[in-house]
This record gives sequence, C-alpha cells and structure tokens, in this order.
Amino acid sequence: MILLPRPPASMSLTPDQLQRIALLARIEVSPEELRGVTDRLNQVFGLIDQLQALDTQSIEPMSHPLDAHMTLPQRLRPDQVTEPDRREAYQKGAPAVEQGLYLVPKVLE
Amino acid sequence: MLNSSLSELSAALAAKQVSSVELTRQFLDRIRGLNGKLNAFITVDEAHSLAQARVADERRSRGEAGPLTGIPIAHKDIFCTRGLRTTCGSRMLAGYSSPYDAHVIERFDAAGAVQLGKTNMDEFAMGSSNETSHFGPVRNPWDAARVPGGSSGGSAAAVAARMAPAATGTDTGGSIRQPAALTGVCGLKPTYGLVSRYGMIAFASSLDQGGPIAKSAGDLALLLNAMAGFDARDSTSLERPNEDYCRSLEIELKGMRIGLPGEYFGAGIEPGVRKAVEEAVRWFESQGAKAVEITLPNTALAVPVYYVIAPAEASSNLSRFDGVRYGHRAQGYADLSDMYRRTRAEGFGAEVKRRILVGTYVLSHGYYDAYYLKAQKVRRLIAQDFAAAFARCDLIMGPTSPSTAFPLGAKSDDPVQMYLNDIFTIPAPLAGLPGLSIPCGFDANGLPVGLQIMGNYFAEAKMLGAAHRYQQATDWHLRAPREAPL
Repeated sequence: MILLPRPPASMSLTPDQLQRIALLARIEVSPEELRGVTDRLNQVFGLIDQLQALDTQSIEPMSHPLDAHMTLPQRLRPDQVTEPDRREAYQKGAPAVEQGLYLVPKVLE
Repeated sequence: MLNSSLSELSAALAAKQVSSVELTRQFLDRIRGLNGKLNAFITVDEAHSLAQARVADERRSRGEAGPLTGIPIAHKDIFCTRGLRTTCGSRMLAGYSSPYDAHVIERFDAAGAVQLGKTNMDEFAMGSSNETSHFGPVRNPWDAARVPGGSSGGSAAAVAARMAPAATGTDTGGSIRQPAALTGVCGLKPTYGLVSRYGMIAFASSLDQGGPIAKSAGDLALLLNAMAGFDARDSTSLERPNEDYCRSLEIELKGMRIGLPGEYFGAGIEPGVRKAVEEAVRWFESQGAKAVEITLPNTALAVPVYYVIAPAEASSNLSRFDGVRYGHRAQGYADLSDMYRRTRAEGFGAEVKRRILVGTYVLSHGYYDAYYLKAQKVRRLIAQDFAAAFARCDLIMGPTSPSTAFPLGAKSDDPVQMYLNDIFTIPAPLAGLPGLSIPCGFDANGLPVGLQIMGNYFAEAKMLGAAHRYQQATDWHLRAPREAPL
C-alpha cells in the first residue's frame, strides 16, 4: 500500500452546490437550513476524504459482499405470472387514487 | 417467566404450566408498565397479540406445536407486517399498513410465534443511538438518561428490560450488535444472504441483514433456526442446506484459535470496555483456547468506506418514497417536482436527508469513480484483511463498541463522532461476514460491555457455541437492568 504524498482536493461543497445536489435528490432545503446542512455534510465529506490517501489502482471493486468468497449464481425463473392481482390492497396506502390510478399533479398542459 | 430463556418458556408451554395467552399477557403488562419510560415500542396491539396467542394454544392442543409456538416475539418496525402498522421509525411511513408480510415474519408466524409489537428504531435504520426516530428516542434500561444504541435500539431495550423474551433486528453497520452491547443483551448479525431481506425495508442492500436479539446465545440459535433459509423473493438469498444451530452449542474450546486484532485494542477504547473484553478473552484461554495476535490493517478506513457505500445505496433505495404510491405526501405544492421535494423534506428527518444527499453526491457525474468506485475497492481490501486473518484463527474477538452507552444528546449534533462509534461493527458487514455481541461485564458506571465474536462465512454455529460455553460459566447475560427491576 502506497500512501500518496498529499490527498487530492477535498470534496467540500458550497451552499450553491448543495442546492444542486438537493434538487437531484428531490429534497427541498430551505434557505434557513442551507448553511447548517452544508456544514454537517462537509464534516461527513472530511471523513470520506480519508479514502483518497490510499492507492487502489490494482484493486478490483467489490460490489457484492460475498464475491470474495464464492461464485454467486444468477438465478433465473420461468417467465410465468406467479402473483395474483392485489391492486386494491396495494393502492389502499396511496395518498391519492382514483379509479385504480395513482393521482399526481399535472405534468402536461 | 420474565427472565426465562426461550427453551424454558417452550418447556413451560409444553408442560401446560402456562398458556401462550397467559405468557403473552405477562409481557403485554410489562410493556404497559415500562414503555412510557423507555419508549421501546412504537406499536402494540394487545387484541392482535392475544388472538395470535389463542391460535398458538389451539395449535398446541392439537399436538402441532414446535419450539417457538406460543412464544411472544417483538419485531423491529422495519419488517413489514400485515396485521400491525410498519413505520420504519419515520414520519414518511407513520400511517403505513403493509399489504404483505416480510419473509422473517412469515417464518415466525409459521413457527406459531406471537407478534408482541413493533419496536422503535432509528429512522430507516440510520443511526447508532435511536435518537433519529420520528417516534422519539428509546431510553437505555440500565440508565434512562443514556441511549440504548441503534438502530435496533427498541428491540435491544425491550429484551434488556424483559418486555419481550426475544426480538428481531437488522444490522447494516452494527445495528444489531451495538445496541445489544449497550443494553447488555445478545445479538447476531448472520452471514450476508442467510436471512431473506424480502419485506425488510431497504437501507443499504449490499449490507442489510436481519438477525435475532435475545438474552442468551442458546436463544439466538433457536431464533436463527426460524429466520435463516432460502427465499426466492430475495435475489441475494443463498441456496444452502438448513443448519440446526442448536445442535452444536456444546463446542470444544480446547485448541480453538482466537484472533485478537491489534486495531481493536488500540487507543480510543474506554478502559472499562478493554478490561471486561480482556477478561473474557482470558476465560477462553483458561478453557484451552489459544489467543493469536492478528492484524486487520484497513480497520480505520471501514468507516469512510461505509459512509460512501451505505448512503449511495440508501439514496437509490429511498427514491421510492415520492408521495405517490404510499406514505406521506405534502399538502401544498406547485407542480410534480415541487410535490416530490416538499414531501421528502417533510417526510424524512435530518439524518436520513443527510445520507440521501451524501449518496446522491458520491454517485453524481464526475464523482462516481473518485468516491463510489474507490470505496468499493477499499471494501475489497477490508474483506481481504479478514480472509488473511481467518487463515490464522477460528474466531475473532474484540469489543463490540469502543464505549458503553453514552448520554442522550452527547453525539447527536456531530454526525462524524456518532459514525466513528461504529468502527468495530462496520467491517464485518462490509465483508459480508457474521458477527455477534454478548454481554461480558460492566464498566465503573455499572453499564454493560459487549464482547464481539466474528467468524468466517457461515461460522454462525461455531460463534454461537463459543458464546454459549462462555454463558454457562458466567452470569452477565442474566442480570436485569436497574431501571426495569424484575
């Protein structure tokens, strides 16, 4: 393991950049919250930045927790309907439903 | 009955010394007496529990009872239940009623166990203190001014206070083991893929794993027998022969090699924790086990790796909460995008939003390679550290948590301090490995200390056996907390 002489630029965010991320995440951040949320996130990014000190060029990324241990089968099943129609039960918890359809604000004029 | 093991309760039910209705009522009374103080349960429905107990009694009278028939079990409110609302500790799901049962719930129902209620938890299992719950913090039964740990804090506190003989939990970065340690009970996170995640509300899918919380290793084994097993509805569920975890509890300790990672005994561990853990290791040595010094050199990087991978997966998993198909929807909004943004701003608490934002950022264009891919590579280094260690030892032991239970509010303003508290429980799930925590003593304040035992893939029986042997020689696990006297 080789430690790089100096970690690359840190990933710290400005409040404007945070607003962009919040838009991507579809979470409203009010102007009053903005500074506090940015500061807390930058604390977390300071922690994450520790990873940059490590040279990992020759390492394979690990996306499944058991792939170091075993070859994982890709299970397939016959292309058959196995579930009954339970639309009503599933729509019972929806905020707005009409005639079996989920209602959302108009997206087309 | 309140302090009995599951096998003792099972024997009492079989001998007709008590009915399931009577037993369930005892625990419901205990919950009614203590929940105002401890807040361990979000939902209790006495009529529902007693109806299930009656069914269990009928089943027993037909001669169809198994070891868990009639035994009341509390469920972390992350497991979907048809009969009881499922909130995941969030305002987003505060009124949610699931149209189906989680696989784990189906398994306990099939075994004839009684649903005792749904336990409090950190919102969407994101937290280490149970302070992020929309339903208020859970209090530690050993000291009500302190946290019980998290995220399965309600389940751990319920078992510790003897409000439930056993409970289910889930562990992503320590959410079973850490609260078990901080409340003086036992908790097991199984090998990834052993327990189906179907109907278990997703946080970080490559890490999440359900497991039991109970008073003893023997009880954990009995519960794991019910929980483990293949389920086609979880694409990561493993097809392997079922094991009887109760059969191998009387394990031979002589010659067992116990790995002690230097990184788990360094600076930053409270002296009371170190002392209790070292004494427990000495007990194993006195039984003929051999302590082996090992190294897990990337331990310090596990926390930053986890805080890339878990938020990345969470940001994707939690995108389903959009105010359309289920859960909370904001009242006023200008258009669809505004509806999403307000719904999620109102429905999620601060810690959940923080993690979604971190995850969105590390997955965004230009940062994916630098952070997400980088974290996946370091994740492999952590798994390789364990593989090298298990070439030299049978089990790894160390503290579950560097500290005992901390006061409410002590870390809630500083996310990084809160995250670092999980340094010893985060590595195992990153590698997909099993880990358990059992009580091994008390610190100078009388707060319980947890001994963590980690094993190789599918070594649950060996880990439970070692824990069981220790519990036959010690009584830490039988002590009832002072805020909830028996």
